[in-house]
Amino acid sequence: MNEHLLTATNINRIFVSKQRSFTALDNINLTIGNHEFVSLLGPSGCGKSTFLRLVAGLDSASSGSLQMNGNNLDKPGRDRGVVFQQYSLLPWLLAWQNVAFALKKEKNMRAAEKKELAYHFLDLVGLNGFEEIYPSQMSGGMQQRVAIARALVIKPPLLLMDEPFGALDAQTRRDMQDLLVTIFKETRSSVLFVTHDVDEAVYLSDRVYVMATNPGRIAKQIDIHLSADKDWSIQLSEPFITYKKEILMELKKQKKNVHHSK
Amino acid sequence: MRFKLISVSGIILVLAVWSFVTYTGMVGSLFLPTPTAVILEAKKQVEDGIFFQDIWISFYRILIGFLLATLFALPIGVMMGTSKTWKAFWEPIVGFVRYMPVVAFIPMSILWFGTSDMQKFFIIFFGVFFQQVIMVADNCKTVKKSVVEVGLTLGLNRFEVIKDIVVKAAMPSIWDTLRTVWGWAWTYLVVAELVAATSGLGFRIMQAQRYLSTETIILGILTIGLLGLITDTIFGLLAKVMFPWHEKEKINN
Repeated sequence: MNEHLLTATNINRIFVSKQRSFTALDNINLTIGNHEFVSLLGPSGCGKSTFLRLVAGLDSASSGSLQMNGNNLDKPGRDRGVVFQQYSLLPWLLAWQNVAFALKKEKNMRAAEKKELAYHFLDLVGLNGFEEIYPSQMSGGMQQRVAIARALVIKPPLLLMDEPFGALDAQTRRDMQDLLVTIFKETRSSVLFVTHDVDEAVYLSDRVYVMATNPGRIAKQIDIHLSADKDWSIQLSEPFITYKKEILMELKKQKKNVHHSK
Repeated sequence: MRFKLISVSGIILVLAVWSFVTYTGMVGSLFLPTPTAVILEAKKQVEDGIFFQDIWISFYRILIGFLLATLFALPIGVMMGTSKTWKAFWEPIVGFVRYMPVVAFIPMSILWFGTSDMQKFFIIFFGVFFQQVIMVADNCKTVKKSVVEVGLTLGLNRFEVIKDIVVKAAMPSIWDTLRTVWGWAWTYLVVAELVAATSGLGFRIMQAQRYLSTETIILGILTIGLLGLITDTIFGLLAKVMFPWHEKEKINN
């Protein structure tokens, strides 16, 4: 029995234009297990978002195999929820309608039931009382909470998050990270999380893949063992700092290599 | 409130200049009638019953011509804005015909439809339809890729993405397109009525030309302007009702 939810084997993604070809992803191998929180960490241009788009089915690999539960991933599907960096809510829908929109394909579900579910998930992300407002009336943090609720409401086995807090201020960002820790204790979905923030990756993840640029590749894999009942204070603990150091050293090493190769 | 006062003062200024140059005799009444003459003409036309009759006939023609054009332009514009295949099919036709001057088609239109209402519908349709198609296609193209991708990741198929996301997202700008093009439709209507009509605002202006009845001409022009202003305001109000979310987005700017 395959215990991995997602398996990527020898994934390459080469963008070809008239002038030149560009290798965005070079031989990516990684796995995500059930209930696992996995982060792709790296500088911009390392292909981490490109990989997430492949898993989301919004783009296709040039070669290699990408399987979820043994099935090839070649198009988007409701077994994967996606949270984009730019919240991408539908501006003509109220907060709860944005969440309920994800249930559009549930033909057997009554409208009242959809609304109830939407309210429930908005409550889960801490938006109780804000169900009846438009996205344009919300702050960035609130919009991203709605986007998370929308991704969660279809109860996908795998949640894909593409730098979801990248556009938020530092304090809101920390609040959202704590929110994620709380939510995933409950939902137990697997997560593929893309970020360039080292603290964020160590705090949230069970495993971090550190990526390097030119060509985009996985430079190092680091398994994180922090307490399941972690809260923000763990970021000051010895093990946390050790992990952080390991990742920062790796990123530093890459930088040196780039300089040498110039 | 402040801006309303400014708007009103602009109108008053124009009226003042008009009154000044006509009442003082600076410009002869044949070249530009006085406001009084125009008001008296309006009073006469209302009493004769032709004033509102003209308005109604012209409005009816423009409405039908415009609705017909919109009915076809919306789906074709959306197709062009969302599919490269349909764009390839429609673009040469639309791009070619779009540059043909509508006015030049008037002789043909009379040959085909006589001076009937059909001829007016045809001219308005012809003038409006191709512009609408191009503009609606552009409106659809400005929809953010990210909201389209949201639809795809939620399992919607292509048709559902277009129907439930692209069209809805583009609707406020499509509405603006219709509002703009509606203004142009007035021009085409008057062009059609000037040449071949036995009723309507354009006909009234044309007829007045023969007798050099300039106050009738000015009244006709002012009436068209006023109707344009009223319908434009209605378009604006409807937008506020239909797209409350869009208004709120604008306030944030």
